[in-house]
Amino acid sequence: MCLAIPALIKSIDGKEAEIEIGGITRRISLWLTPEARVGDYALVHTGYAINILDQEEGEDTLRLLREIAEAEEEG
Amino acid sequence: MKYISEFRRSELAEGLISQIHRKSKTPVRLMEFCGGHTVTIFRYSIRQVLPETIEMVSGPGCPVCVTANADLDKAIALSRMPGVIIATFGDMIKVPGSYSSLQKVKADGADVRMVYSTMDALNIAEENPDESVVFLGIGFETTAPTIAASVLQAEERGIKNYYILSMHKLCPPVIRTLLDSGEVKLHGLICPGHVSAIIGSHPWEFIARDYGIPCVVSGFEPLDILQCVTMLVEQVENDESEVEIAYRRGVRPEGNREALKLIEQVFEVCPAEWRGIGKIPDSGLKLKKEYQSFDAELAFDINPGPTYEPAGCICGDILRGVKTPADCSLFAKACTPENPVGPCMVSSEGSCSAYYLYGGNFEG
Repeated sequence: MCLAIPALIKSIDGKEAEIEIGGITRRISLWLTPEARVGDYALVHTGYAINILDQEEGEDTLRLLREIAEAEEEG
Repeated sequence: MKYISEFRRSELAEGLISQIHRKSKTPVRLMEFCGGHTVTIFRYSIRQVLPETIEMVSGPGCPVCVTANADLDKAIALSRMPGVIIATFGDMIKVPGSYSSLQKVKADGADVRMVYSTMDALNIAEENPDESVVFLGIGFETTAPTIAASVLQAEERGIKNYYILSMHKLCPPVIRTLLDSGEVKLHGLICPGHVSAIIGSHPWEFIARDYGIPCVVSGFEPLDILQCVTMLVEQVENDESEVEIAYRRGVRPEGNREALKLIEQVFEVCPAEWRGIGKIPDSGLKLKKEYQSFDAELAFDINPGPTYEPAGCICGDILRGVKTPADCSLFAKACTPENPVGPCMVSSEGSCSAYYLYGGNFEG
């Protein structure tokens, strides 16, 4: 029920945005994320962006996971 | 970055699994609160790749499952009133109440419409000015701000035939209730990612501080869950109990202030009835006085009659984490996704549904 899907914001029109999920375009509300910008990835839940995903944090997490994988492989 | 495939890479999962096996010495029971996490854990067979030291139990984090029969009966009673259109998320349609379900009353002619968003419900209200549109407000803190936003939009657009039946529930109070009951002993909590996207990580701090239980907020991809388990194991082995975030791309410690502001503007905290758990103080949301004209409970005289729980169904025990679907005599026999007896089999995020679809080895 708390499912939220990452989706690219393609355009913004006031408090609404057009997003793309898996090649499908749909309109969502930006009432909860007025900071949204075109090119951001939003977490979309029941037609609302509930947060804007933080790319830097995402990359940091993946870097950490790569380091763990390398360290474990070396044993 | 597209935020999905990157967090499903098997070579990174192997590293985390190896680290968990190497570091986990103490036998622990970890609870994933959220039904979305239960689905990820089952879909990717995560229980099967963890060491024997780690036992996973599912929690009550499925809003459909914890909706009390008394509330469902109210929704069904409303749907039978002339001039009422029920707008609801699809998850609620098949859930059996005491005597019927929205699906059954719809088949009998009630106007029950499945919507993806409150925005659709507002449009239905605008297109049907002579009818009353009642939106079934279920969900946790993730969903509540979207309902709050819809009330404000209704006000802005002058839509006067839009009502909310507020059955919203708040997550931290139910965890406190479960821990206080002492029924289930936990050594770590996987905190819900999208609830935390709204409320942040601070509201979980009482669990680490007062109960000494490590808490880590997780995302919903398999690498998120494995990273979260790694962090929980690390805390257990170091004898620490803190709140950490394994889902930093989606969750800030302070949450989403704009969404919290909307919840606070429209709702106030109230007691709520949880299926299988009972009434918990300060665990629900109702419309504030200023927005009472949108409150379905006040606008309509709802008389659902006495409630009734189906015989043999142990959804309540499963929601409290004290039993598993494998303990239920109805599971996969009298109760299946096609013919559900209890809500945990109806919702795609219910434990029974996850066991049924992905379980295989029910000992898990």
